[in-house]
Amino acid sequence: MLLTVHNQPAYCYTGGKPFDATLPTAVFIHGAQHDHSVWALQTRYFAHHGFGVLAVDLPGHGRSAGQPLGTVEQQADWLLAVLDAAGVESACLIGHSMGSLIALETTYRAADRVTKLALLASAYPMKVSDSLLDAAQHQELQAIDMVNIWSHSSYAQKPSAPGPGFSVVGGNRRLMQRIAAGNPAQVFHTDFTACNDYANGAVAAAAVTCPTLFLLGQQDLMTSARASAPLVNAIAHARVTRLERCGHALMAEQPDAVLSELFSFARDAQ
Amino acid sequence: MSAPHYPGFDTLALHAGAAPDPATGARATPIYLTSSFVFKDSDHAASLFNMERAGHVYSRISNPTNAVLEERIAALEGGVAGIAVASGQAAMHLGLVTIAGAGSHIVASRALYGGSQNLLAYTMKRFGIETTFVDPRDLDAWRAAIRPNTKVLFAETLGNPGLDVLDIEQVSSIAHANHLPLMLDSTFTTPYLLRPFDLGADLVFHSATKFLCGHGTAIGGLLVDGGTFDWHAAYEQSGRFAELCEPYEGFHGMVFAEESTVAPFALRARREGLRDFGAVMSPHNAFAILQGIETLGLRMDRHVANTRKIVEFLSTHAAVESVSYPELPSHPDHALAKKLLPKGCGAVFSFSIKGDRASGQRFVEALKIFSHLANVGDAKSLVIHPASTTHFRVPAAQLVASGITEGTMRLSVGLEDVDDLIEDLAAGLKASERAPSKGL
Repeated sequence: MLLTVHNQPAYCYTGGKPFDATLPTAVFIHGAQHDHSVWALQTRYFAHHGFGVLAVDLPGHGRSAGQPLGTVEQQADWLLAVLDAAGVESACLIGHSMGSLIALETTYRAADRVTKLALLASAYPMKVSDSLLDAAQHQELQAIDMVNIWSHSSYAQKPSAPGPGFSVVGGNRRLMQRIAAGNPAQVFHTDFTACNDYANGAVAAAAVTCPTLFLLGQQDLMTSARASAPLVNAIAHARVTRLERCGHALMAEQPDAVLSELFSFARDAQ
Repeated sequence: MSAPHYPGFDTLALHAGAAPDPATGARATPIYLTSSFVFKDSDHAASLFNMERAGHVYSRISNPTNAVLEERIAALEGGVAGIAVASGQAAMHLGLVTIAGAGSHIVASRALYGGSQNLLAYTMKRFGIETTFVDPRDLDAWRAAIRPNTKVLFAETLGNPGLDVLDIEQVSSIAHANHLPLMLDSTFTTPYLLRPFDLGADLVFHSATKFLCGHGTAIGGLLVDGGTFDWHAAYEQSGRFAELCEPYEGFHGMVFAEESTVAPFALRARREGLRDFGAVMSPHNAFAILQGIETLGLRMDRHVANTRKIVEFLSTHAAVESVSYPELPSHPDHALAKKLLPKGCGAVFSFSIKGDRASGQRFVEALKIFSHLANVGDAKSLVIHPASTTHFRVPAAQLVASGITEGTMRLSVGLEDVDDLIEDLAAGLKASERAPSKGL
C-alpha cells in the first residue's frame, strides 16, 4: 500500500490483505539497511488473524521515496504521519533494532496513540563503533558483510525463513545490498548515525506506561545482553523473553518463536 | 575491531543448512522419507499453507533433507535460495517457466548441452515459448536478439561441446541494461570453480547428477536464486515479470515481490512450480548429493589436476588431431578462462583423434578404465564417442557443423591415479592407429 507522507510516497506492506483501519493495528518497523520484508512471516500471520498490518519501509529504504532520515526523532515524527495517513488512531508498535528506538521515541511523543510496545533486539544507548560507522560510510559493502555475519548465530536456521530452502544469511546480505543499491544516499551510515546519536532513550523509557515486551536473542552480538540491560531495567513492567539459538536477526533465525511471542503479546488484553 | 569473515567453501560444503537433528542428535543429515508432516493444530495447518509460518507440509513442496541440500547450494553459490528438483532438465524447466509462458521469448547461447537445446528449440516452442540462439561470444548478437517479450538470457558457463567460456560480466550487463535476468547452467564449473552471481548472473542451475553428487549414484537438479535481480524495478521499467509483481490468483492473490524483496523468484518457483509441475527430488537422492557436496572442493581439485595432465599428454600425442580445453593457449577463450576460472576449467573436454569413425570406435573399445557411457562428472573416468553414439546417424559433413568430427571424443576425467588413466588412453590411441582387420 502506498501512502503519501510528508509529500513523499511511503510504502507499507499490509500482510497480504488490504489494510483495514477498523481492526486493531500492528505497526512493524524495520532496522538499519532493511525493509518491510524482514517481517514477512509475522506480518502475514497478524493480517490473517484479526489485525490491520502496516509494515513500513522507512524513507529511503525499499519502496519508500526520499532520503533516509538522520535522527530517530525525525523517524518517529514520520511514523506518526504514517498513522495519520492510514487513518489509524492508535496501534501496537513493533520495532527491530533501530526500529525499536523509533517505536520507543514514537511512544514518548504520542503515548496516547500507542497501545503496546514490542522492542526486538533493542538497546539504549545503541552505540555503533567508530570503525563500523567508518566502514558504513566508506566501505558500505564491507560494512554490510560485517553486520550480516554478526547478526546471525549459525548457517543452519531451522526452519529457515521465509521457508525451507532459503538461506537466511544469504537473503539478509542481498537485502542490505539491495537497499544500498536502491538509494544514492548512504543509507547504512545514516541509519547507524541515527542509532548512535539518539539521546532521548532514557527519558523515553522512563515515560513508557503501556504494556511492553522485549524480545532478545541470546547470541545477539549487535545488541548484546549487556547493551540491552539499561533499557530493559528502565521499563520495569516490561516482559522480557530471550530466545535461544538466536542472534540479532530474530525474525529470520527464530520466526515461529518470534511470531508466537509477538502475537500473544499483541492479542492478549486487546 | 577485527573484521569478521564468512566461512570458507569447504566449511560451508560440510555445514551450511545442516544442524544436528533436533529429534535424535544425528550428526549426518537424516533421510526424511515421508510424504507429509503432521500439523500441531488447525491454526498451524492454515498458517503453513498461507506462508505465515515456515515449515513442511508435503514433500512435493519441501522436505527437511531436501531443505539442507537447498540451503547448502544457496550458501555455496552465494545466493538466497535453492530448490531441489528431479533432474538438471527439471531445474532448467522450472527456472524458465517461473517467468516465461506462452508468448514469451528467450535468448540462448547456441553452445548448449543437447538436452537443453531440445527443450528450448522444440519442447518449449510447443508451449508457445520461442528461443533465439546466438553465438555466446558475439555480444552484439545477444543485444540484437532481445525483443520486448524476452524474459531471460540463458547460457552455460562452459558451453557444449567446445567449452566456450561465457563472458558472464559482459552478457549480464547486456541483460541488465534491458531489464532482464541472466540464467546460467553451471554444471561443468560447480560453485567451487566459479560463482556466477559474483560476476553478474541472477539465476543458476546445476545438473546435480554430475560433479555435485560426484559418484554417479543419483539424478537431481538444483535451481538457485541469486537474489541479485530487482524484479520489481524491471517490472516498473519494462512491464515484464507480472508473474512476480502482480497478484497471483493461484496463491491467494499473493504478490511475490512484496512478500520478499530479494527472493520473489524462488518463492514463486516453489509455491507454483514445485506444487504444480511436481518435479521434486527424492530425499534419498538429496542425501546422496549432500554426501557428494561434502567433498566437492577436494574432488574438484583432483578432477582438475588429472585433467591438466591428460590434456598435456593428449596435446603432444601423434595420434591426436586437436584438444579443446580453455587452459590451452590455442583455445579461443584462453584469456577469459585465465580470468574467470583460475582454479581450473573443469574435467570435461573434447579432443579429436586422427582417422575416421572406425578409428574412434577402436579407441573407445580399447579403453579399460574409462567407461563408455552418456554421463559426466563421475568419480570414475568416462568417455563417449559422439560419432558412434549420440550422433550415430549424422553424416560427417553435418558433424562438422556441430563442432565435432568423426574422431571427436568427450572425456570426463575422474579421480583415478592419473598415470593409469594416461596408460589407458595411450592404449586406446594405439588401437585407433591400427589398420582395420581385413579378416581371414
